[in-house]
Amino acid sequence: MSAPTMPTDSLGNVITVAESDDVLVVEASDGSRWELVCGLEVHAELATATKMFSGAPNHFGDEPNTNIDPVTLGLPGTLPVVNQQAVELAARFGCAVEASVQRSVFSRKNYFYPDMPKNFQISQYDQPIVVDGRLELPSGHVVGIERAHLEEDTGKSTHVGGAGRIKGADHSLVDYNRAGVPLLEIVSRPHVRSAEQARQYVAELRSILVACEISDGKMEEGSMRVDANISVRREGSDELRTRCEIKNVNSLRSLVRAIEHEARRQAELHASGGTVTQETRHWDESDGRTHTMRSKEEADDYRYFPEPDLVPIDLGAERVAQIAAALPLLPAQRRRRLAEVTGEPVTAEAVVVTVERGQDDQAVAAIELGADAGRVLVHVVQNLAVDGGAELEPARLAELVELETSGDLTATQAKQVLAELVADPSATAAGVAKAKGFEAMDTGALEAIVDGVIAANPAEWEQFRAGDDKARKKLSGFFTGQIMKASKGQADGRAVAQLLAARSAG
Amino acid sequence: MSASGETAVAIAAVVRSGRRSAVDVIDEHLARIEAHEGSVHAFNLVTAAEARAQAAEVDRRIAAGDDVGPLAGVPVAVKDNLCTNGVATTCSSKILEGWIPPYDATVVQRLAAAGAITVGKTNLDEFAMGSSTENSAFGPTRNPIDLSRVPGGSSGGSAAAVAADFAPISLGSDTGGSIRQPAAFCGVVGVKPTYGLVSRYGLIAFASSLDQVGPFADTVEDAALLLEVIAGHDPADATSIPQPSPSLVEHLDDGVNGLRVGLVTELIGDGIHPDVAARVREAAEALAAAGATVEEVSVPAVAYGLSAYYLIAPAEASSNLARFDGVRYGLRVDAPTTNEMMVATRTAGFGPEVKRRIMLGTYALSAGYYDAFYGQAQKVRTLIARDFAAAYDRFDVLLSPTTPTTAFGLGAIADPLTMYLNDICTIPTNLAGDCAVSVPFGTDRDDLPVGVQILAPSLGEVTMFRAARVVEAAAPARSSAATDGRFHA
Repeated sequence: MSAPTMPTDSLGNVITVAESDDVLVVEASDGSRWELVCGLEVHAELATATKMFSGAPNHFGDEPNTNIDPVTLGLPGTLPVVNQQAVELAARFGCAVEASVQRSVFSRKNYFYPDMPKNFQISQYDQPIVVDGRLELPSGHVVGIERAHLEEDTGKSTHVGGAGRIKGADHSLVDYNRAGVPLLEIVSRPHVRSAEQARQYVAELRSILVACEISDGKMEEGSMRVDANISVRREGSDELRTRCEIKNVNSLRSLVRAIEHEARRQAELHASGGTVTQETRHWDESDGRTHTMRSKEEADDYRYFPEPDLVPIDLGAERVAQIAAALPLLPAQRRRRLAEVTGEPVTAEAVVVTVERGQDDQAVAAIELGADAGRVLVHVVQNLAVDGGAELEPARLAELVELETSGDLTATQAKQVLAELVADPSATAAGVAKAKGFEAMDTGALEAIVDGVIAANPAEWEQFRAGDDKARKKLSGFFTGQIMKASKGQADGRAVAQLLAARSAG
Repeated sequence: MSASGETAVAIAAVVRSGRRSAVDVIDEHLARIEAHEGSVHAFNLVTAAEARAQAAEVDRRIAAGDDVGPLAGVPVAVKDNLCTNGVATTCSSKILEGWIPPYDATVVQRLAAAGAITVGKTNLDEFAMGSSTENSAFGPTRNPIDLSRVPGGSSGGSAAAVAADFAPISLGSDTGGSIRQPAAFCGVVGVKPTYGLVSRYGLIAFASSLDQVGPFADTVEDAALLLEVIAGHDPADATSIPQPSPSLVEHLDDGVNGLRVGLVTELIGDGIHPDVAARVREAAEALAAAGATVEEVSVPAVAYGLSAYYLIAPAEASSNLARFDGVRYGLRVDAPTTNEMMVATRTAGFGPEVKRRIMLGTYALSAGYYDAFYGQAQKVRTLIARDFAAAYDRFDVLLSPTTPTTAFGLGAIADPLTMYLNDICTIPTNLAGDCAVSVPFGTDRDDLPVGVQILAPSLGEVTMFRAARVVEAAAPARSSAATDGRFHA
């Protein structure tokens, strides 16, 4: 018996679906259970000065049809010339996701559309510049990257009348400012198994693109656009069923909703004995559903062929090595570094959030100045997520944390001082603490408050003393809260905990 | 030769020296155009006013002591598929109706920078698709040698303009023989340069991997000078060879002593008119008499050139011509929806030969057919290039007829496939990316000019021109009766 034919991707590799602890499973109405298989296509506009194949400016938000030239408009006789900067940015992306950066060839993708000036798009087809990379998500899950290729963007149509849709429109206007803007299309393997993984994948990709200055990654301006290829299969099976491509997903929130909706739609369809048709579907944010755009039967034959106006591009191994060596610190490396200096797991939320917000340099520097890592992380995550918080100098943060760990400031006081430090760049932690009259509470005064609270709550105190760990933990929170309230936030948390322990043991 | 009976080299010399004004040169040529254009129809547009203004500017600069360039005051006719800033460019198609390019083709810029003066835009087969200039939306051009015959094509207007002495030099484009075939039919020199030697920026594309702009002239020297002016790297064309323009004129008279010349067996036998074959053999003898060694050589894959060409060229054309959709420029035939507007515009705007090739090419690229057609044709192309390379290991240049026959009568060939056979000797050079020149060499029994083709490897222009010069010098002169007698009748 011959081995079953395995499905392959556009490069001829067998399609594998990553194992994951985190798999979206949908239970259909008949009780059957279906798991998600998803791959993502991300189009990122490259942050170049000029367009992919011409010297016209690549700039968002300008007056319509101002960033154009004869090449952008595809005027008769014009020819494309490859933007070297775009090629280097694509290579930089390839290096950042540990992919191969190879000799690549441009091809023409032929179809008629009014916002596409030449009625073909110059793209890369069977020889893309980037192949076979990987992206490690903050959760530790790895998503394979099949390929990334360079292409040009289209213009933008505005339909006048007919509620802004092409059907029924009175006439249409076309803005060619976006036409020819360089795009990197990044195609993942179907290794995304849950909506949360999809969200993390896109967020991580965005962080890499921004960190490497490849793209500004603004989904809201369309400089990063996501299409999701979605199918479901019986839970625990390894089959691959017909997939649908979901377009018009304009935010991370939409991505999560669209995947969850589409997985459910397909699961119900399979469960009821129906068939999923291979097609492109449009996500509608307003009704939270996907709708048919075009089926494969109606799909265009793009008649790809090598672009005769361009020659193959090959940066060469030496240049690629230079680009790899010049990469900035990537988000995964930043998470590892922060995990190391704080002793937290690399997947800890505080670590992930700090890096996501771009505040890990601040945290690491403060810790390297001797500040307590745990307190630094708490402040960065909880108290510096405000305007100007990221700009607080590590030395001033470190000074504050030292006042806190030495017992001169309570956690609550430290938080208040921190807010002042952010608001006033000339303030120092010691100066603010003094001005606010924050001084460590006298031990005797604290003991009096603690004893008062114990006396006022005899039943709870008895439970605290006699209880198991769970009860003690719960009641410790209660007593700490009461004591803090009585001390008007002046009490030091650790001193309170020590006193409670001493009294209950005594 | 031009209206004044002078070559471009001679005109530039007198204008540069200040002995004759550029305005005088242009006026004389415009007068000749006015007298005979009605019977020839070489031009889609004669730019008389612009030409006079440019000539006056050349004269002013010469008076001021400027170096105006090697083509100072020389009238030049430009094929109407080369973009000219502010001057209508039509490709002899209705679909470009009303379009005025906002930029100059690189070759047009270089002409102006060399002091040349464009006198008009010449007629062509629509989008350069044809071998007779009968496929023009604006009517056919006639052969000045015999007005009942075609000038060849697709650069028929540019060939006729030189043959009629409307201008001593002109520019054409050659995708499968569109310069060399009309040059042969009209009795002038025509050059298909090495692919990438001349910028294609501003040449409205037919088949991008085959198209090349090149010169027409009455003499080999003028052709060499014009090619020097337009050749050389252009950063606006990614397929442009990153080298400066070669020195061609300097080596023209280096002779052919010791040169190895191969007579292409496959292009001298069946299907070639005996008069044409006889002239080619005489040209070979002339080269031998000048010190070259001549032998026959087989280039087997050229037999498949036509088939490969009629897949590759239409395939690229189907994509290149997609942009003519009525949205941004040119003709628009209004209709209720965008798709219907595009269909109506293209239906009304393109002629039958263009439509035929768009359909052929679309089919050749379609899913399921690509490998059998376009893919296979590219393999044949590789074979042709390999066979030529093998021949050039043993020979410096190759020799063949330019065309199987001399100029045929207007309307004489109605069948497209018969028409395609006209390019059987010229197409292989385009597929290989090499260079070739057609040099007039005597006439057939009807006193119609015969063109001899000299082929050379990629960037072999210097050697090619040396051989062309020797063939030109040995060519039997056309009787004045054969040239002026018919034309002036």
